[in-house]
Amino acid sequence: MPATNSNPAAVLIPEVSVPPISLRRRVTDHVMTAVSVLTVALVLLPLFAIFAYLVYKGIGSINLAFLTQTPKPVGEPGGGMANAIVGSMVILGIASLLGVPLGIGAGIFLSEYGRNRYGDIVRFVSDVLNGVPSIVIGIVAYGLVVMRQKHFSALAGGVALAIMMIPTIARTTEQMLLLVPQAIREAAYGLGVSRWRTTLSITLRTATSGVITGVMLAFARVAGETAPLLFTAFGNQFWNWKTDQPTAALSLQIFSYAISPFDEWHRQAWAGALVLIILIVGAVAAVRIAVRHGTLAGA
Amino acid sequence: MRTRFQQQMEDLREKLLRMGGLAELAVDRATQAYTERDLTRCQLVLENESLINAAEREIDELAFDILATQQPAATDLRFILAVTKINADLERVGDQAVNIAERVMDLIDLPAVELPVDIARMATAVSAMVRRALESFVEGKAELAQAVLEMDHVVDRMRDEAFIVLVRKMNEEPQVTQQALDALLVARNLERVADHATNISEDVIFWVLGADVRHHAQAASAAPRPEPREQ
Amino acid sequence: MGVGITVEHLNAFYAKTQALFDVNIIVAANHATALIGPSGCGKSTFIRCLNRMHETIPEARVEGSVRIGDLSVYNGTSATQLRRRVGMVFQKPNPFPTMSIYDNVAAGLKLNGFRNRKQLDEVVHKSLQASALWDEVKDHLHKKSGASLSGGQQQRLCIARALAVQPEVLLMDEPCSALDPISTGKIEELIFQLKEQYTIVIVTHNMQQAARVAEFTGFFLLGKMIEFDKTEKIFTNPSDKRTEDYVTGRFG
Repeated sequence: MPATNSNPAAVLIPEVSVPPISLRRRVTDHVMTAVSVLTVALVLLPLFAIFAYLVYKGIGSINLAFLTQTPKPVGEPGGGMANAIVGSMVILGIASLLGVPLGIGAGIFLSEYGRNRYGDIVRFVSDVLNGVPSIVIGIVAYGLVVMRQKHFSALAGGVALAIMMIPTIARTTEQMLLLVPQAIREAAYGLGVSRWRTTLSITLRTATSGVITGVMLAFARVAGETAPLLFTAFGNQFWNWKTDQPTAALSLQIFSYAISPFDEWHRQAWAGALVLIILIVGAVAAVRIAVRHGTLAGA
Repeated sequence: MRTRFQQQMEDLREKLLRMGGLAELAVDRATQAYTERDLTRCQLVLENESLINAAEREIDELAFDILATQQPAATDLRFILAVTKINADLERVGDQAVNIAERVMDLIDLPAVELPVDIARMATAVSAMVRRALESFVEGKAELAQAVLEMDHVVDRMRDEAFIVLVRKMNEEPQVTQQALDALLVARNLERVADHATNISEDVIFWVLGADVRHHAQAASAAPRPEPREQ
Repeated sequence: MGVGITVEHLNAFYAKTQALFDVNIIVAANHATALIGPSGCGKSTFIRCLNRMHETIPEARVEGSVRIGDLSVYNGTSATQLRRRVGMVFQKPNPFPTMSIYDNVAAGLKLNGFRNRKQLDEVVHKSLQASALWDEVKDHLHKKSGASLSGGQQQRLCIARALAVQPEVLLMDEPCSALDPISTGKIEELIFQLKEQYTIVIVTHNMQQAARVAEFTGFFLLGKMIEFDKTEKIFTNPSDKRTEDYVTGRFG
């Protein structure tokens, strides 16, 4: 290729021959790949081990009676955790109703209006709240709700769990909204859409799948919490359909059965744990499928 | 910036100037051949005609290339358009020189005759016009070009006079009709060269001022501009 | 129908930095006007002052007056109202990714309260036809998302979206700079047709595009408008030496 005197590029590129990849480098490459695979396996192993062990210990005790009956007193065979299953759903429902809107709202504030010192304060408070031990939150809910109402309730349990959900939902919502390119917002402004409308109908809508992931993360985390429910929902051996009375919850039931001295109850605790895991996984999967169904081709 | 483009433009300018030189030389040689009845010079003119034609092709090719690849705008665009036109005019000047040389070759075969027409003086004026037109291109000065436009009238008058005088001569002395006719044709060829010099000047004005002054349109309406860059 | 734009003594500031200095322009109705100039010369800032989009940047402010038709941009109306009369197309196509093609085009209307399904159908149809996209998407209006189209199609979708709101003025900020030559050609053809209905202001880096598309051109440099004239004049015989230097590629 003719290089003229006036071509500056001709000066910069020296003649270099690239040697083939040495054996040492190839071996290192394979070793590092193996190490990566190994670490993944190490991380996944406990997960599968727990699940397998739960199935092994609990599957035998799950039967129709378990899923439809309330606990029987000590000594009597049979009985189940039907009321705890339902109770958990009710408490989680209340928690979601309270926690999700507040969490998403906080996330919207932080991302759209909180790129300043006020936002930093809110972020700090949220991070602190995230680190508060769950038992302490339970006590706070006890003081705020139970003592006022003078009785335990599903509502109190829901409040406690909602407080725990909010920081996670707020932070992930904020991150997901920040990922929405500014160009999308500008497109909406250019059309004469007001800022709040843009935030709700465009920005939030674009980040929906990420926000829902955050919500499910928070949900899965609080679904298994026991300590906050100790002084709020308190547990119940019988059916309760009112939200202002002590309510059974799976986590509470598993706890009280597990620390009991009775084998029968131990077996039911295993079954309860398995059911709890299945319910959580099922809920998350159901939401994922529902979201995917509503998503357009190519979006 | 645009080193290659500047290079090409400079190239184009040089080529055109060289061609201008060749055309000027051809005219001078042809008219000298007439006044001195010199066959050698005539032959030189005929031989160098091919150089002029080759130059015309080269210049057109380069101008076309630049237009296609460099998207010149404003002054640069006007420059290239002007160059292509001046190119054509210079080639015609070369043709006229050849025509003059052919007339001279004809005359040399005939006995020399005293004619009342001063071809040499006309040739000097025409030569001056061509030179000044090329100068105005080199310097990019519209005033020099304008001066050439004014000299055209003088040359036109010279040709008209020659016509009258030579026709009268042909009537009075029919035996010198051929020589008189040749002289008349030479005068006409010179007048055509002057027209081409005028065209060249108009093209220079177009390039420099952005004003189209062909066919006697006024240049007054062109906005005053700063000096164009040296090409 | 398009309206003219009158800009007088426009100065724009981002906090303490001044971006535009005393700009005066009259943009003719139903014509395309191009704004050219080197990077950072203020042409994008200028176009954003016309529909108050520069206000989305904190601490941005403006002095001077802008009139669009009979409307005073800074004194008479809210930004959101203004932007329904002045549409904008951006440099990088930005369709709403989670919405279908139909919803994208209808977004401007739906989000401003229009719900009538039949009317929306008609507006979507006409807008997509006006932006020469209808034939390519008419079978996938509700099934495909806005982001699944090619770059050139996405930009035409954004144009349709802007047109659906029936603005009088269309502002285009380097609309073709992210597109291949064929898509660019289609959009330039579009601009040519849209001129009859709308007033178009187009910012472009590509001088040949300005020359092809616009009847009037303004040259910006360092926040000032140096020269504004008919496009042929700017490109064959500009009055200002700086314009000449930019247009012949001696800088920029």
